[in-house]
Amino acid sequence: MNNGFGKKIRNFIFDNTVPLMFVLICAVCIPLSGFSFSYLLNEIVTRMGRNIFLILCLLIPIMAGMGLNFGMTLGAMAGEIALILVSDWQIWGIPGVVLAMILSIPISVLLGYFCGKILNMAKGREMITSYIISFFMNGIYQLIVLYMMGPIIPIKHSSIKLPRGYGIRNTVSLLNMRQCLDNLLAVRIGGVKIPVLTFMIIGVLCLFIIWFRKTKLGQDMRAVGQDMNVARDAGIQVERTRIISMIMSTVLAGFGMVIYLQNMGNIATYSSHSQIGMFCIAALLVGGASVDKASIGNVFLGVILFHTMFIVAPKAGAQITGDSMIGEYFRVFVSYGVITVSLIMYETKKRKNKSLVGQQLAQAQKEEAKAHE
Amino acid sequence: MNESLADRNNYTVRDRVKSMIANFGLPRLIIAAFLLLLFIAAPFVGADFWTQISNTINRFSWNAVMVLAMVPMIHSGCGLNFGLPLGIISGLLGATLSIEFGFTGPMSFVMAILIATPFALLLGAGYGWLLNKIKGGEMMIATYVGFSSVSFMCMMWLLLPYHSPTMVWGFAGKGLRTTISLEGFYDKVLAGFLQIRIGNLSIPTGTLLFFALLAFLMWAFLHTKTGTAMTAVGSNPTFARAAGVNVDRMRLLSVVMSTWLAAIGILVYEQGFGFIQLYMAPFYMALPAVSAILIGGASVNKASIANVIIGTFLFQGIVTMTPTVMNNMIHMDMSEVIRVVASQGMILYALTRKTEGTK
Repeated sequence: MNNGFGKKIRNFIFDNTVPLMFVLICAVCIPLSGFSFSYLLNEIVTRMGRNIFLILCLLIPIMAGMGLNFGMTLGAMAGEIALILVSDWQIWGIPGVVLAMILSIPISVLLGYFCGKILNMAKGREMITSYIISFFMNGIYQLIVLYMMGPIIPIKHSSIKLPRGYGIRNTVSLLNMRQCLDNLLAVRIGGVKIPVLTFMIIGVLCLFIIWFRKTKLGQDMRAVGQDMNVARDAGIQVERTRIISMIMSTVLAGFGMVIYLQNMGNIATYSSHSQIGMFCIAALLVGGASVDKASIGNVFLGVILFHTMFIVAPKAGAQITGDSMIGEYFRVFVSYGVITVSLIMYETKKRKNKSLVGQQLAQAQKEEAKAHE
Repeated sequence: MNESLADRNNYTVRDRVKSMIANFGLPRLIIAAFLLLLFIAAPFVGADFWTQISNTINRFSWNAVMVLAMVPMIHSGCGLNFGLPLGIISGLLGATLSIEFGFTGPMSFVMAILIATPFALLLGAGYGWLLNKIKGGEMMIATYVGFSSVSFMCMMWLLLPYHSPTMVWGFAGKGLRTTISLEGFYDKVLAGFLQIRIGNLSIPTGTLLFFALLAFLMWAFLHTKTGTAMTAVGSNPTFARAAGVNVDRMRLLSVVMSTWLAAIGILVYEQGFGFIQLYMAPFYMALPAVSAILIGGASVNKASIANVIIGTFLFQGIVTMTPTVMNNMIHMDMSEVIRVVASQGMILYALTRKTEGTK
């Protein structure tokens, strides 16, 4: 009994290494940083509203067995392009946000389709390919935003145009749209602002994902994720299912980016999207997800832990070493480190399972041979 | 009879052209044609042809060794070495320590190589051990090993007890600067050796010879018994194992070689460039090297020295030529976009090819 309990604990620790490590980091850093509890809570709630939608979009490709979708950057780009256009048309507030979301859909669908097509050609190395796609598309994005906006895509207002007459400025202000979703229906409890509407939107998406898992398409995706060949034999159109999962993820990422940017209040035109994939993936993994398994719970836990670390690390680092840059570098290192460790754990587990299956097969054959004797 | 023979000949010629294009790859052809176009266009738009040529050769000499570092890992089936920054870090440690210990002039370059070597061997061995644990997922993990090591070293550059006044921040007296000038150390130490100058054309003979030496050694190594075994591991691991080759050891060796070459590569780059770049600078250095060797005709599991030379020349040619030519032609600096699209497109193309052997 006791032994079984000990084993259970060991298994629990082994399965949740990354989240536990983060709990530890946070437990050390929070007192050192000296932030007040209400300040921390406020920051975390804000960041939850800002990031969760974006991170949720990663769940669908994981379900379809395509790993961590580094190509979510594509959706972020679509959201940014939509927001730039909307802010040029001077449509502010909630209508602006809604219009930006609607506008981002066709761009996201196109990009998601492209990404899915390419990933179908690179089965087995989806992650590295989607990672390179995000770089490739960044080039195309620059081509569109830096050169084609102005001469080809009409941009009226010089406040967002570069002085040379074409291309978009480094930052586009969304001041008139800033936190309009968050402030509508916002509730203050003890100095902590809770953006109820944003959380409601997130809740709807969570319900959608739960419902989607049970639909025919969702089941197909899980089958494809389990084993592509078996799924194909069962009559599922594997390629099509995978493309659909990419498109869905990209569209959701586009929405997520609009929510993210309305909270930030400005667009860093050429850099907002470049880091977003990395931070979202790191947060998801911190929540205990792995390359082939992720739940909504992982998303919430991950955002809380990851962003707590993110807020307190610079201050705590400055306290320990006397240099605030150390903390800045530390949190970047931790983000990359977490992804590295998770990828390594996933691959070793995959190999272990493979050899386990091989052993079982050998065992079964041996027994069969014995039975024949 | 005669007619059918002619027919067949005709067919083979067309077939051969077709297969040549297929072998060479359409994107590669486009990139080569584009570069040729740039060279032709250069004099017409007022850019000096010879200056352009020397710029291209110069940049070729800076980067070639880092591209060469891709070769061993591709041969052993570890795929493209996106973990190049790990080797670069060993090189940077060698460079900074050599200066810290007070070496100057050409001696500092030799010492940098000597000091970098143990770091590269050690880090390479650890990295190789890790890659052996996760066969099949090398490229993604390599990328992130590179990233995390670079961000880890960002902290270390600040914390390690460096004191040399040429390297640390003036006011704080500690923590390395983001860029360190190599004047008085090994700035142009190879490039200045036997340099040829004719009018606007200048050729960094020393750097080219250094690269040629390393390339020759690599070529010779690949033809030794160990080298052949390494190639066998890459093209068919099951067969190699059956033939009695220790697959894991071969892969480990290839990773160590690649890491060491990356360390040397960054030192060669620095002596040409004239500065040591620390902190986030090595972050994306793997991608140009990866796309260069792919542009040169390598695939995820096949690469030769010729691929390195052709690829580096084409890639660096485009990097140097597009800004000047494009700027003069359409008064728009689209070079960044073209560089990104061409290089990343090339990597994508290579990743989507069906390859046997890997996996």
